[in-house]
Amino acid sequence: MSFLSIRNLSVRLKKGPPLLRRVSLDVAAGEVRGLVGESGAGKSMIGKAVLGILPPSIEVTEGEILLDGVDLLRLPLAERRKRIGAMAALIPQDPLTALNPSHRIGPQITDRLVDILGWTRPKADARARELLAEVQIPDPDRVLRSYPHELSGGMRQRILIASAFAAEPRLIVADEPTTALDVTVQKQILKLIAGMQARHGTALLFVTHDLGVVSKVCQKLSVLYAGMVVEDTSVTDFFAAPRHAYSAALLAATPKYTDPLAGLQPVPDAVIAAVQAEVAAFDKGVAHG
Amino acid sequence: MAEAKVLDGRSLVRRRAGLRLWLSAGWLTLLCIVALLAPWISPKDPLAQDLFLGRLPPFWVQGAEPGYWLGTDSLGRDVLSRIIHGARVALTVALVAGAITCVIGATLGLLAGFLRGWVDMVISRLIDIWMAFPPVLFSILLIAVLGPGLISIIIAIVVIDWTRFARVVRAEAMAQGAMDYVASARVAGRGRLGTMVREILPNVLPTIVVLLTLEMGIAVIVEAILSFVNLSISTDDPTWGGMIAEGRTSVHQAWWVLVFPLVTLFLTVLAFSQLGEGLKDRFDPVLR
Repeated sequence: MSFLSIRNLSVRLKKGPPLLRRVSLDVAAGEVRGLVGESGAGKSMIGKAVLGILPPSIEVTEGEILLDGVDLLRLPLAERRKRIGAMAALIPQDPLTALNPSHRIGPQITDRLVDILGWTRPKADARARELLAEVQIPDPDRVLRSYPHELSGGMRQRILIASAFAAEPRLIVADEPTTALDVTVQKQILKLIAGMQARHGTALLFVTHDLGVVSKVCQKLSVLYAGMVVEDTSVTDFFAAPRHAYSAALLAATPKYTDPLAGLQPVPDAVIAAVQAEVAAFDKGVAHG
Repeated sequence: MAEAKVLDGRSLVRRRAGLRLWLSAGWLTLLCIVALLAPWISPKDPLAQDLFLGRLPPFWVQGAEPGYWLGTDSLGRDVLSRIIHGARVALTVALVAGAITCVIGATLGLLAGFLRGWVDMVISRLIDIWMAFPPVLFSILLIAVLGPGLISIIIAIVVIDWTRFARVVRAEAMAQGAMDYVASARVAGRGRLGTMVREILPNVLPTIVVLLTLEMGIAVIVEAILSFVNLSISTDDPTWGGMIAEGRTSVHQAWWVLVFPLVTLFLTVLAFSQLGEGLKDRFDPVLR
């Protein structure tokens, strides 16, 4: 039984076009699933739906999101919040806006543990210090007393990772956690996330548009196009031989260090036309059935 | 070396901000003390008329009378004493009206900007409709209905100016609401009200403080305008606006009756706005 199981999830803009088209995917306990696709494919939307933070302008039209066997969409709002808060966490994309500029780092990590999960203050403080040490932040006591603007982007992303693991969640959604960082810092952060994930045995839904990142941290992979899962496979199979033409084109479009002069290979028009036809056929099927 | 220079630059900016803060806070503190102690420190009775002492010039001009430091008006009332007593009305209006306007406007703005949906719809339409009324006419109308008096002025200011807070705070709350830290708080299980108070409010607070001090300055001006058109408190009681209105009629014979209350008013409004900017520089965690 998967820890997170999404079944036929469709969301759309209220009275607007669909954004996710019957998405199904599973993340087993302790497994890392990558979610790739181009901008606007709906990668982040899936993460947001799981965590219950879809913007108010977007509605779920069908499907189930089973978190440890319970459909979140059927739970009353307060219970859904409680369940998500206890079992899941988010590593957000932009470390610059993901920490509250008005609060010191320490309380930002510990207040939630104390207020919402009912930890004692000393226990939460000790946990925060231990986590900062685990994400290799030197001088944790000083950092805990700092304001976010006093720290670098890489440092802040480490703190966000620490904070996500604070309550030992069983699922973490990482929404492009390295996109806003320098390439040099990206590598360290990736290693850190992968290491933390392995040590804590957390299931991880890793949203990214970078196939290189996927090959480093993920075991399973879902490729999205226009809110549709076009391929659901293991990472080894994917890099050996992608099944869907769009996935193959996406893989071919990745720049290669071995041959930088080859330039960028755009996804061929024919492939796009084919996958768009698939989407259109799907929408027609939904309308008729 | 370069580092040291940067640090020097920063401390310079801070010192300047500090000077602005201290000057404006100093003036307002002085005004508050003067207003509180008005009955004991004002040199003359602000209401006492003496037609033999009408239009006395201020102390440094030929023909001044000792004890009447800033001269007298056409009815022989002491200008300095009237300014001191006028400060009571001005500051009462500034503090009470400013605070009430701030609380009402900021609360509505925060709710609209963070909760969005129908709450935002209702509050935003209300703001739009409200702002379509011309404010001066609106306040005169309100005073006409409520009757003149200190409470009426305060009500008029609150009723007209809450939109100023609501609009700005709403926009700010919306911007903050889109930040990732709000999403993180929601994922962690913070309720809507908790998120609004703990995550959003602290980041909107510097803006609210600046608006509040501006609003206090505006309240002083509104009170003066209403006094000027004789819709403030009873005409006997000294107010800066009332003094300016009286001084206007005799500006060629006795400029001091107009100029001193005008300068006081100007300095006070300026001090309020500079206080806001100074506080923002000092307490905004990002600028600090």
